[in-house]
Amino acid sequence: MIDILEKAAVQNGLVTAFAVVGLVILLSGQISRRLTFGRVHGSAIAIVIGLALAYWGGTQTGGHKGLADMTLFGGIGLMGGAMLRDFAIVATAFEVQATEARKAGLIGVVSLLLGTVLPFVVGAGIAWSFGYSDAVSMTTIGAGAVTYIVGPVTGAAIGASPDVMALSIATGLVKAILVMVGTPIAARFLGLKTPRSAMVFGGLAGTVSGVSAGLAATDRKLVPYGALVATFHTGLGCLLGPSLLFFATKALVG
Amino acid sequence: MIIFGTALLAVCHLLGIFLGDLLGQALGVKTNVGGVGIAMLLLIFARIYMQRHSMLPKLTELGVEYWGALYIPVVVAMAAQQDMVSALRGGPVALLSAIAAVAVCACVIAVINRTERPQAQTDGAPTLHDNPLLADAE
Repeated sequence: MIDILEKAAVQNGLVTAFAVVGLVILLSGQISRRLTFGRVHGSAIAIVIGLALAYWGGTQTGGHKGLADMTLFGGIGLMGGAMLRDFAIVATAFEVQATEARKAGLIGVVSLLLGTVLPFVVGAGIAWSFGYSDAVSMTTIGAGAVTYIVGPVTGAAIGASPDVMALSIATGLVKAILVMVGTPIAARFLGLKTPRSAMVFGGLAGTVSGVSAGLAATDRKLVPYGALVATFHTGLGCLLGPSLLFFATKALVG
Repeated sequence: MIIFGTALLAVCHLLGIFLGDLLGQALGVKTNVGGVGIAMLLLIFARIYMQRHSMLPKLTELGVEYWGALYIPVVVAMAAQQDMVSALRGGPVALLSAIAAVAVCACVIAVINRTERPQAQTDGAPTLHDNPLLADAE
């Protein structure tokens, strides 16, 4: 019996994922209402449960894709993978008011640039203070503080060692998780209320996954505005990381 | 037909990714530059154009809006496949640089957003969307 049930779930991976995620969201809605009296957004709790499940999956399988590495939950990998994630993000653009987006065009670009340079400087500085004082390592770890894709792309381009690459990816992952969990908590401090503020947030906070999850857990209506800017983040970082930022670092530390 | 909406979304998505790849190649980076962002812009323009020419019946809209409403579940699935174990194993360098980077950016966001003139109140709250699928997400 159990075998047949398991076989059905494994063979219909994506369908299983819909059921599992639906259950998680149902559960987090209940937790939000009953335990926090609506103070913590249900989506925020769902994302934290997702991350906890990812940790559990990672320790169970030793893989790198969290829960999706377990055969039973392989469909989670498809459902939350880049393809469907981007498809759903693009779909949210349907709700964008073009006038609102245009109003914040320039400030969006400015925050995008700041969002690339500032984390890089901070990350490279901390790498330096921990003894990673060569330009290649500093650049790679700094780029990891931009996003966890910019880190390895930059590292590969300038020839960083594997352990520095791993460190760089870890930095980006921690950042993404911090943004996911921290945004709803800090929403008031960040002034996240209007489409413009969401675009500033999208540019500065970087990482599509962090921004999209953080905004989803704060105010679903703001998602498309933040995501619209954030999707340029990785591209800009991959552009500046191995070039301008690397040369600047090299000029500074020799 | 609801599939027209989903197909419109798919075409915008593919075209955006294609243009993003092209842009990346033109700039000499081995990655997609803003493909999803370009796709979003295409969809925004497509919507405005089709609305103006009344080519957008409610059912077609629903084909897009369904996927927009599925967004949070997809994000939860995305969270469930993060590499939490290596993130936590990264040690103090990864942890500190991430925390510091997030803290610095958070302060800059707070500063920039405080410069925004609070005109939204005088205009009255703008309706940001008219998607019935999102009614309970608010």
